[in-house]
Amino acid sequence: MEFLEVIHVSRSFGPVNALLEISFTVHRGELFGLIGPDGAGKTTLFRIVASLLLPDEGKVLLKGHDVAKDYKQVRRIIGYMPGRFSLYHDLTVEENLSFYATVFGTSLKESAAYVHRVYSPLIPFRKRLAGKLSGGMKQKLALSCALIHRPEFLVLDEPTTGVDAVSRKEFWEMLEELRDMGITILISTPYMDEAGLCDRVALIDKGKLLQTGSPSEIVRTFPAKLYVIRGENLYSLLGRLRKSPEVKYAFMFGREIHLVFRREPDDPARWLGPLTGTVDGTFSIDPLEPGMEDCFVELMGKKEPVDGEENV
Amino acid sequence: MAAHNTPVIDVKEMTKTFGSFVANDRLTFRVERGEIFGFLGANGAGKTTAVRILCGLSAPTSGQITVAGYDVWTQSEQIKRNIGYMSQRFSLYEDITVYENIRLFGGIYGLSRRQIRERAGELLGRLGLENQRDTLIASLPLGWRQKLAFSIAIIHRPGIVFLDEPTGGVDPITRRQFWDLIYETAQSLITVFVTTHYMDEAEYCDRLCVMDEGRIVAMDTPYRLKQQYGAQDMNEVFIKIARKEI
Ligand SMILES: Nc1ncnc2c1ncn2[C@@H]1O[C@H](COP(=O)(O)OP(=O)(O)OP(=O)(O)O)[C@@H](O)[C@H]1O
Ligand SMILES: [Mg+2]
Repeated sequence: MEFLEVIHVSRSFGPVNALLEISFTVHRGELFGLIGPDGAGKTTLFRIVASLLLPDEGKVLLKGHDVAKDYKQVRRIIGYMPGRFSLYHDLTVEENLSFYATVFGTSLKESAAYVHRVYSPLIPFRKRLAGKLSGGMKQKLALSCALIHRPEFLVLDEPTTGVDAVSRKEFWEMLEELRDMGITILISTPYMDEAGLCDRVALIDKGKLLQTGSPSEIVRTFPAKLYVIRGENLYSLLGRLRKSPEVKYAFMFGREIHLVFRREPDDPARWLGPLTGTVDGTFSIDPLEPGMEDCFVELMGKKEPVDGEENV
Repeated sequence: MAAHNTPVIDVKEMTKTFGSFVANDRLTFRVERGEIFGFLGANGAGKTTAVRILCGLSAPTSGQITVAGYDVWTQSEQIKRNIGYMSQRFSLYEDITVYENIRLFGGIYGLSRRQIRERAGELLGRLGLENQRDTLIASLPLGWRQKLAFSIAIIHRPGIVFLDEPTGGVDPITRRQFWDLIYETAQSLITVFVTTHYMDEAEYCDRLCVMDEGRIVAMDTPYRLKQQYGAQDMNEVFIKIARKEI
């Protein structure tokens, strides 16, 4: 029996098909990521998995339990952290946590070791009202609350949104520890570096499943040859690249531009020279191994014009 | 986005306390016209607190601060009219339509009906949202909402716009479109003051200020910060600063 089976799940809201015939499985002890653009249907699926919303068609089995029918058992197995969480703003940090502990018949003490990694930065502020925490601090508290009953299945909807870069790194180290303790994790994230840390991911867009696989499998299916341009003042170059007929698409990636050609020039370096309007050596162009973020841009970037530019 | 020598934000020894807790500790910095100024720091470092003071929404405890030439102590109303602000949480009213939001905020910013009509048309055209004019905000995807919120925040053509985590939770493609908008805005010499936890976005700023526990711990261009910390990218700089490895 698979740990989690999502079987032909469809759900619509009025005329909008939020989910269309979604099927995938998550193995026990897996760290599984759900990746897709805004409005792809991730939150709807999470709510169905967490037994908070019924599908129109299909079903979800968690350890063999139909989540729509056996929701009482299911809710004990799951720790769910919704994207828009429900902290009590007029309770203190510590009171929020004890509240969730009490609901699940456990205590702060019993779960201390379990939540420590996420909760410890908040300890100096434990008497502060949750409403007065910074955005990222609220996110950490919400996660601590989801962990408090030591669930064997964690469902986390964008838990690191608003969380700073260092805490994000520590958070993923913690997720890996939990996974190694045998906890199964279903997570969504807008950060593609995090997607790359999952054991397997499912890519969804407009309610449809596009692909599932390990990050390295996904990256291997990248259908084009990718180039990287390095240099200074890349933003002004980007505009010129996008107007060039040879270029299929070009995007900023931090201090680099990643580019896919429509018609690859024989000598990309020579081709680039006149576009940069500078002396040789200021800019470089080289082939690049794609990462998860490149795959996302390639798969999801097709449908929408990029601010006045032609379709990519 | 060259410096034009007249600071649009001038902050000297700005402090904000909540009871005995010091959220902003003697911050001193200037931002020039047309700059994209990035404000970085760990959760709770004090970014939102500072932004709210600079927007005239909360009073500092002490310090000399001018924004767009107005004093935060005595001219917070003028400040509010001469800046744009997109907050970390709330950006638009969700239960009314796109156009109603534009009309509402246009009104708050003191635009005439005709100006609102004209600018609404322009704005929707530029964002490709002409057909969403009567759509409820609640049914727009987050990324579109954020782009719309940004455009509305500058509908009165302010000299400065403050963006507090405008791309939090936004997908990789929409995030890049959002930064295209930021760049366009800065080209027209509107100063952009932006906070973010995405370190690739930090690279797109002209200058960065890094905060830690209420204090400014580093301030420079991304290029010089990377040099100074011997780092490949801003992510590495950020981690080195946070772990206090200097
Ligand atoms: N009204 C308040 N009363 C008490 N403490 C407050 C209040 N507002 C903010 N704080 C505290 O001030 C500190 C700074 O908060 P701020 O929201 O400025 O952080 P931030 O840098 O924006 O963090 P984040 O990246 O998480 O958004 C935090 O410790 C926060 O709890
Ligand atoms: Mg903040």
